[in-house]
Amino acid sequence: MSSIKYLAALAVITGLATSCKAVKEYQKNKLNDSEMSLSNRKVEKTEMSFQSYREGASGANAGKSGGGCGCN
Amino acid sequence: MKKIFLTAFGIAALLKTFSQQLPDSSFQSRQLKVDEINLVSSYYNQNGDHAAVTGGIGTQQLTDIANVFDVKLTKYDRKLRKHTYDVEVGIDHYTSASSDKIDLKANSSASHADTRIYPSLTWTMENEQKRNTLTAGVSFSKEFDYISRGINAGFSKKTKDRNGELSVKVQAYFDQVKLVTPVELRDYPEDRHYGSANRTTIAGSLSWTQVINRNLQVAFLADLVHQQGFLSLPFYRVYFTDGSVHQEKLPDNRLKIPLGFRANYFLGDRFIIRTWYRYYKDDWGISSHTVNIEVPVKITSFFSVSPFYRFYNQTAVKYFAPYGQHTAQDEFYTSNYDLSKFNSNFLGAGVRLAPPGGVFGVKHWNMLEIRYGHYTKNINMNANIVSLNIKYK
Repeated sequence: MSSIKYLAALAVITGLATSCKAVKEYQKNKLNDSEMSLSNRKVEKTEMSFQSYREGASGANAGKSGGGCGCN
Repeated sequence: MKKIFLTAFGIAALLKTFSQQLPDSSFQSRQLKVDEINLVSSYYNQNGDHAAVTGGIGTQQLTDIANVFDVKLTKYDRKLRKHTYDVEVGIDHYTSASSDKIDLKANSSASHADTRIYPSLTWTMENEQKRNTLTAGVSFSKEFDYISRGINAGFSKKTKDRNGELSVKVQAYFDQVKLVTPVELRDYPEDRHYGSANRTTIAGSLSWTQVINRNLQVAFLADLVHQQGFLSLPFYRVYFTDGSVHQEKLPDNRLKIPLGFRANYFLGDRFIIRTWYRYYKDDWGISSHTVNIEVPVKITSFFSVSPFYRFYNQTAVKYFAPYGQHTAQDEFYTSNYDLSKFNSNFLGAGVRLAPPGGVFGVKHWNMLEIRYGHYTKNINMNANIVSLNIKYK
């Protein structure tokens, strides 16, 4: 089962890598839309904070990786 | 809710009064100028019946009001490098029924509420010609029983065609935990002189972002996080099979490996599909999957509605057992259900308003976003959160 997952992940990465097209700056009007940002949006800040307190996993979202108690 | 809106409108009114002073952003100023001001406010409440303070049973009722005020200042130097200074101050105030139970006999003791203050400063220098960005920052967080000091530094470099970017970041947090023990475990119950213990977190992050075509961009994210020191919480109780009560005891090292993938796709002219997946594993025994999807729908060019859904699951840490099930043979023990096996669902929607002439006609009030989410765990815990973001630019 796990080898199928690895193969699927590899297929996705290969597919993405081979389908890359050179996009000029003037062609990036959609990519530059604020809702297309590849980072978390400001309004999600406190949501991510409570999730990191209420769940055992955290990280891989370009946010903080420590600091603050979250003990309640 | 009322407090959030009063705060938000108060600040918006304040900002309007000095909106005339904001300089025009169309030229590359060598003077430091205000680029953007953000206010994020939220109201959070939760309920459940697995409070860690009372050993995995009892109410988890909690409310939290958070306000984060963020000012971004920019200037260009002689080499036309852009310097950004991000000054942020956050204040949270919470009331918690479970932390009230540090003293089981109390009904509204000093620990039932607390305020956390967390300022931070981040400097970023972007060199458009060399396609690289340097960043460094410091952060601080203080609440009654916890102090955290953080530093971070990062570097990123774009590819020649500016369609790919590699980023490296290192963060370190030096925290101090006040050893507030459950009252019945103290030698002198009235003693308010608590000792303290240290906790250090070092995190390295690596990310690669790539434009695939005019509508699609993706990011790969990988973190490596190591924590060392006092990783338990001193007022979390654990009840053994013999009825005796103990403080939570967890190992003094933890290694976490989260791996993430984001893909954002602009479908047609009105739909954006934002996705995020994370796989997480640590050496305490948690492995977890998180999937998030959000679909902003552009009703008009300046008004969008964004429904979202997030699914999360995790396995339990090796040291978890419910109330009254640990034994004296266990080296480590916790009854904190945030470290138990569960899955959660988070569902909601946001509304975003960013008219060209300013929100409600206020010239520099660039954006208003309101978002609501309902969170449930399959272990009888639920929460609601309302967040608000006002951007002034």
